[in-house]
Amino acid sequence: MTEFLQQLLNGISLGAIFALIALGYTMVYGVLRFINFAHADVFMVGSFVGYYAGKLVPEHSIWGGLFVLALAMIACAVLGVVIERLAYRPLRGGPTLNVLITAIGVSLLLENLGQFVFGATPRPFPELFPVTTYDFGGVFISSNQLVVIGVTLLLLFALRFIVMRTKIGTAMRAVSMNKQAASLVGINNDLVISFTFALGSALAAAGGILYALNYPSIDPLMGVLPGLKAFVAAVLGGIGNIPGAALGGMLLGIVETFVNGSEWSTYKDAIAFALLILILLFRPAGLLGRYVKEKV
Amino acid sequence: MRRLAALAFLALTACAFGAPEPIKLGMFASLTGKQAYFGETNSRGASFAVEEINAAGGLLGRKVELLIEDTRSTPGEAATSAKKLLHRDHVVALVSGTASSPALEVAPLCQAAGVPLVAATATNPRVTETGDFIFRACFADPFQGTVLARFAKDRLHARRVAVVIANGSAYSVGLAKYFRERFTADGGEIVAEPKYSEGEKDFRAQLTAIRAAKPDAVFASGDYLESALLCVQARALGLTMPFFGGDTWDATALVELGGKAVEGGYFTAHFSPEARDPAVQSFVARFEKRFGLKPDTGMSLGYDAVMLLADAIKRAGTTDGRAMRDALAATKDFAGVTGRITIDAQRNAAKSAAIFTIRDGKFVYLESVDPR
Repeated sequence: MTEFLQQLLNGISLGAIFALIALGYTMVYGVLRFINFAHADVFMVGSFVGYYAGKLVPEHSIWGGLFVLALAMIACAVLGVVIERLAYRPLRGGPTLNVLITAIGVSLLLENLGQFVFGATPRPFPELFPVTTYDFGGVFISSNQLVVIGVTLLLLFALRFIVMRTKIGTAMRAVSMNKQAASLVGINNDLVISFTFALGSALAAAGGILYALNYPSIDPLMGVLPGLKAFVAAVLGGIGNIPGAALGGMLLGIVETFVNGSEWSTYKDAIAFALLILILLFRPAGLLGRYVKEKV
Repeated sequence: MRRLAALAFLALTACAFGAPEPIKLGMFASLTGKQAYFGETNSRGASFAVEEINAAGGLLGRKVELLIEDTRSTPGEAATSAKKLLHRDHVVALVSGTASSPALEVAPLCQAAGVPLVAATATNPRVTETGDFIFRACFADPFQGTVLARFAKDRLHARRVAVVIANGSAYSVGLAKYFRERFTADGGEIVAEPKYSEGEKDFRAQLTAIRAAKPDAVFASGDYLESALLCVQARALGLTMPFFGGDTWDATALVELGGKAVEGGYFTAHFSPEARDPAVQSFVARFEKRFGLKPDTGMSLGYDAVMLLADAIKRAGTTDGRAMRDALAATKDFAGVTGRITIDAQRNAAKSAAIFTIRDGKFVYLESVDPR
């Protein structure tokens, strides 16, 4: 029983990180209908900003940790806006495939630029927050894992609030439904799209910091694997759907952890992807996604 | 007219004789990507060896040139790099600056081309089993696995050991196999054998399974990066037994990443900068003067790999592939910086292994174990 609970907890804390990254994918897709493959690399940049900012503040302090988190989120929000402005906006209105390929290009650019600037060797990530381990009768959880789960929940609700309750959120939903009509009623499309990228990239930065806190070794290619998993999670939950991304991330994290702890750990990815295919066979739009009929 | 042509021909050949072509050595190394650590340290050691050879007048009266190709830590890329070096640059011999898996890709190519390959840090036995043109400057995993198994039994008094394996890494899978063979033959028991994919960062699931199996010690057979994270997460899950690993643990980054969690861990090593041998001390001093840092295992093995080749070329008196091969195979008591190297019948370097422990963030030498 202890082992089961421990694995469940391991799975939830891994899933929370997938969920956090998946939120960024799903949001950009919701508004622009394309997968921002550079998202996983913005996640990497976020952790590197955290690495350098972490040198400015004392280790093991809550305020220092929050400062680093905020700084990384702001820096990546700016980066997200710049990427959108330079790489995606000139292609807007063209075929979606072009933007998709550009996104892969931006991703490769960031990865290789990262190796050029930071060097390819992994480096240790500082312990920003105070670290303690809690023992609940044999079930261990570290404070970092709690921080990940807490921050993910907080950001999830904040995002939901922004999209559903604020003016800019309403504008985002309008743009996602119909760009032309939105601009006809006076919505500044460029502004809304820039905001979406800023928000998504800030989430990626938060994910990067929290991931680095839990797995304290960062390198310029660290975004590739979690990025792929988060993308799968977003599709699993129904891409474009915010609670769906969180659910998909959790589910993937828990399944992965249980497979990993068993005899079949070698087939971890195969089982995770088989699950994805199975779910998509029965629910093509994902768990929480709604199937939208294209109007001809 | 004909005389003029003859003169021109003479002038040309004189030019060619005046500045003899350098001897081209090729190196494929993982300079970027996940395993950049091997490539960076091995190639730095190899480049330093070439610098020293050239400063001393080169080989056979010719300068030596080292051409390095990056394998980017990507499967398949090592073969591409080696093909470029072999067929475009026509190098006379190759040095491997990677772990075992990429070296395994290249070994058949070298064997087919009749070009000798010296692996600096590839310890998997299958590398040299590929053919008689493939050599290595380090000891191989069967020996390393045996040393670790004996150490776990005699020094750690461990009877029940869990082995963590990096699936897809020829190094980790091989080392775990030789450890298991010896340890169970000596009456020990492997109580858990969880696997993870190479490059993975979350090991909590595997560690929870290990915790349930209650071993006396844990053998982490993957590389230093994964092992460091493994130890950190193990301590956070309340595991207190000692962890130990193979020669990839011998990286300062292990302590930087692992911190307190790797304290009290053990590993096998090829080289110690604290060795009292004057030749080693002189090497350490020269290296420090040149780069401003102490050479680590990867750098020393990279250095020895090139020096083994240079020694063979000198003795062969030619850069013909077969002659170099024969000279390499006949290497006996070569004074390398990583120890006295004799190339055995399996073309492996037979030399002693050192066991280190981690104390106060420093690697502390414990004992040396001789081959067989």
